[in-house]
Amino acid sequence: MGLLSLAIWTPVFFGVTLLALGRDEHARAVRWIALIGALISLMVTVPIYTGFQLGTADMQFVESSPWIERFNVSYHLGVDGISMWFVLLTAFINLIVVIAGWEVITKRVNQYMGAFLILSGLMIGVFCALDGLLFYVFFEATLIPMYLIIGIWGGPNRIYAAFKFFLYTLLGSLLLLIALIFLYTKSGGSFDIETWHTLPLDGTTQTLIFFAFLAAFAVKVPMWPVHTWLPDVHVEAPTGGSAVLAAIMLKLGAYGFLRFSMPIAPDAAREWAWLMIALSLIAVIYVGLVAIVQRDMKKLVAYSSVAHMGFVTLGFFVFSDLGVSGGIVQMIAHGFVSGAMFLVIGVLYDRVHSREISSYGGVVNTMPKFTAFALLFAMANAGLPGTAGFVGEWMVILAAVKANFWIGLGAASALIFGAAYTLWMFKRVYLGPIANDDVKGLKDINAREFLMLALLAIAVLAMGLYPKPFTDVMDSSVAELLRHVALSKLN
Amino acid sequence: MIDNYSWITVLPEIILLTMACVIALVDLYVKSPNRTATYVLTMLTLVLVAFMQAEYAISGLNQYGFSKMVVSDQMGNWLKCFATIAVMVTLVYGRPYAGHREMMRGGELFVLAMFGLLGMFVMIGGNNFLVIYMGLELLTLSSYALVALRRDNTQAIEAAMKYFVLGAMASGFLLYGLSMMYGATGTLDVNEVAQAIASGRIHHQVLVFGLVFVVAGLAFKLGVVPFHMWIPDVYQGAPTAVTLLIGGAPKLAAFAILIRLLVEGMLPLALDWQQMLGVLAVGSLLVGNLAAIAQTNIKRMLAFSTISQMGFVLLGMMSGVINGNTISSADAYGSAMFYVVTYVLTTLATFGIIMLLSRKGFESEEIADFAGLNQRSPLYAAVMAICMFSLAGIPPMVGFYAKLSVLQALISSGQASDIGLAVFAVMMSLVGAFYYLRVVKLMYFDAPVQTAAIEAPTEVRIVLSINGALVLLLGLAPGGLMTLCASALASMMAG
Repeated sequence: MGLLSLAIWTPVFFGVTLLALGRDEHARAVRWIALIGALISLMVTVPIYTGFQLGTADMQFVESSPWIERFNVSYHLGVDGISMWFVLLTAFINLIVVIAGWEVITKRVNQYMGAFLILSGLMIGVFCALDGLLFYVFFEATLIPMYLIIGIWGGPNRIYAAFKFFLYTLLGSLLLLIALIFLYTKSGGSFDIETWHTLPLDGTTQTLIFFAFLAAFAVKVPMWPVHTWLPDVHVEAPTGGSAVLAAIMLKLGAYGFLRFSMPIAPDAAREWAWLMIALSLIAVIYVGLVAIVQRDMKKLVAYSSVAHMGFVTLGFFVFSDLGVSGGIVQMIAHGFVSGAMFLVIGVLYDRVHSREISSYGGVVNTMPKFTAFALLFAMANAGLPGTAGFVGEWMVILAAVKANFWIGLGAASALIFGAAYTLWMFKRVYLGPIANDDVKGLKDINAREFLMLALLAIAVLAMGLYPKPFTDVMDSSVAELLRHVALSKLN
Repeated sequence: MIDNYSWITVLPEIILLTMACVIALVDLYVKSPNRTATYVLTMLTLVLVAFMQAEYAISGLNQYGFSKMVVSDQMGNWLKCFATIAVMVTLVYGRPYAGHREMMRGGELFVLAMFGLLGMFVMIGGNNFLVIYMGLELLTLSSYALVALRRDNTQAIEAAMKYFVLGAMASGFLLYGLSMMYGATGTLDVNEVAQAIASGRIHHQVLVFGLVFVVAGLAFKLGVVPFHMWIPDVYQGAPTAVTLLIGGAPKLAAFAILIRLLVEGMLPLALDWQQMLGVLAVGSLLVGNLAAIAQTNIKRMLAFSTISQMGFVLLGMMSGVINGNTISSADAYGSAMFYVVTYVLTTLATFGIIMLLSRKGFESEEIADFAGLNQRSPLYAAVMAICMFSLAGIPPMVGFYAKLSVLQALISSGQASDIGLAVFAVMMSLVGAFYYLRVVKLMYFDAPVQTAAIEAPTEVRIVLSINGALVLLLGLAPGGLMTLCASALASMMAG
């Protein structure tokens, strides 16, 4: 079994084992098995980083064996510089989420932990799949555990949120499926993504395929105006669900643009880049403004996620090295930061059971250690230099300015909004005098929460101070992607 | 001409018939209220028959018998094998359920199920309009009696009446259509009919006139819009075990006669019947999915879901011949066969769970009865969830690959209208996802209303677990079954 298979199936194996463990009488054992499973799952991804060859755009750690011969589908895995970090990021966030759910989840622990482990394996599968159908299977299969996570352990309005999540994203994916089958037919019976990359397609076909892909990926990213599911879902999802959703699941959509839309329909991608840039700018500016007025912390972070993902898509569709790399760096950074933001809210929610900003005030007085972490993550979310949040945004803004000054200006203005909504929330929640008895009675974070936040803090700082390992890895792949996109596939 | 091969082709049918009669007699002396002896004998017979059919299918037997009245080919043998297994599984699930409902005062359940299965065999193996019709009647007559098995239950009797009246009408349609075809071509033999039509000497209008009735009759039996009205009432009214006997294995036989009559017998008319099937498919997808949303009774909901699923089968059937070109027809019909087989597999587990939740004096028929099932039994909730996701077509369940292969057949035609139809179909399956998810929601998100422990005999637990696991595992490795269906159809199209 190859490294990538190991990275995918280890968490799934542990997840299934946990599901088989029955009910809550073994909760303690279940938690430990989940933790060990998540640790092992993370450890098996480390060789993917250490063994990764720099300076080549080829797929690495490739595995390929026939899967469904009738449709010429193969179990074809591989990572390049674009996808490599997401494998590690997914395994890392999974570990954090297991720690985050440790004593918070008391009902059906084995199903909770099992769902997250399986989900993480499936998401790694999405990033590794080099076969269109295999990609789709992983892409869709992630909906099932997430649906259950939101619906079982979510907030009061969880059922609405679970349905909205499932049906909204399914709607987009079904068009993706049609496009995939169409490409299969067009390419003379192949689901291989790399074959599709070189498949000549005429203009109309490319446009149709581009928009079918867009339907799936834009919903997942989510881009304005199909972002409305995200705030609803984030608010109701349990902390771990929100963290995984923001940190990894949104990236599946953005990754789809890089793996499918741009290389398979490059002419359409260039033709419609203006639309993508416009939608991204609306997300960055308008949704950023929407975030300012939110009263619910989770909603605020959800809208800020939409704005940050706007940076990602903006970076992709200016078609420059800097922009695309910036977009990918922003994806990874946002994975750490948004995950951390939701976990921070989770820590407060576990104690006070409110997500309203107005229920808090002066938390710093009772939870100083916690507030230090919260400050760091807030700064990262606002894009402060030295944190992970800065690197990607900076690269994307630079690329945007190079492409067109006004686009750059629009994108840069978001830094102001980002600082505004994040810091204003920080001020209202953490600073000032103690607002009420709930806050007065708060206990500072325990060792488990400290560990969880510290791991994320290290990641955020490391990436902000020394982003080279991240950018080095993707250089060749991004250059190759752009070279490919610049070529016309019209014949 | 009757030669030795003729007997081989119908050997399983002979065994089935003999044993059905023997069991009917033996049952008179069975005292046990659970009909253990009858049950064991039935099972043994079915296992034997299933093995024989599998053996026939694997050995690639392709044999006509009794002057081409019957045929034993790969497709037919696999379908017979699957149908036998489906009936066996149904009886395993159904026995405790039937025992609680005084449906086993005699052994009719088993004997009628076997006669029904025999009818399916004849339908599947028939190569002659009358033989096929005879098989169909044997199946439906057994079904009418089965629905009415709870003779003191008004709902069941009402369902049986409805089923009988509408079913008789459908048979009339079919028979009338077949007789028109006979009148036009002068033969009842499926292959000769095809040759006669292909010769082009027969007036097209007469053929189409007969074809309309044949398609209408088939649509009735398949239960597709607008000939679907009996499905919800019969599904709901019949005892659940019988619902499964009607809604499970017979779909395989219905698919077989679709192939025998339309593809083998009337392929030159494909342009005509494909259009008809297209209309039926669109109607079924639309009505089935939309009506299912409004249901509160799970059996009724599944009935409408069946209608929509059959719409998908028809989509596969209607994309075989593209501009008179039959290159991809084996693929298209193979996809339809894969769809039917996986649908039956999923349906078995679904109804198995419904029967499991029903106890003595309590019918678990409302969707709300599923509330909190995950807390009562995570295993059964998981099986049901797998089935629901499979029916909704979410990967990695097997139902996804069924939809995939049908959509592929549709899209490969490359015609804009077909791609439009594919988009319509997936949009309808999005609607479908809603009501399947609702069942999952009840099981996982809601608190249980019923708290009674779920009791089931060991064999039911085992079979149900395997059944559920298969829906998932076949999704992880669907290649084998897909190739099997494709090659079965390919050998039929070639032969």
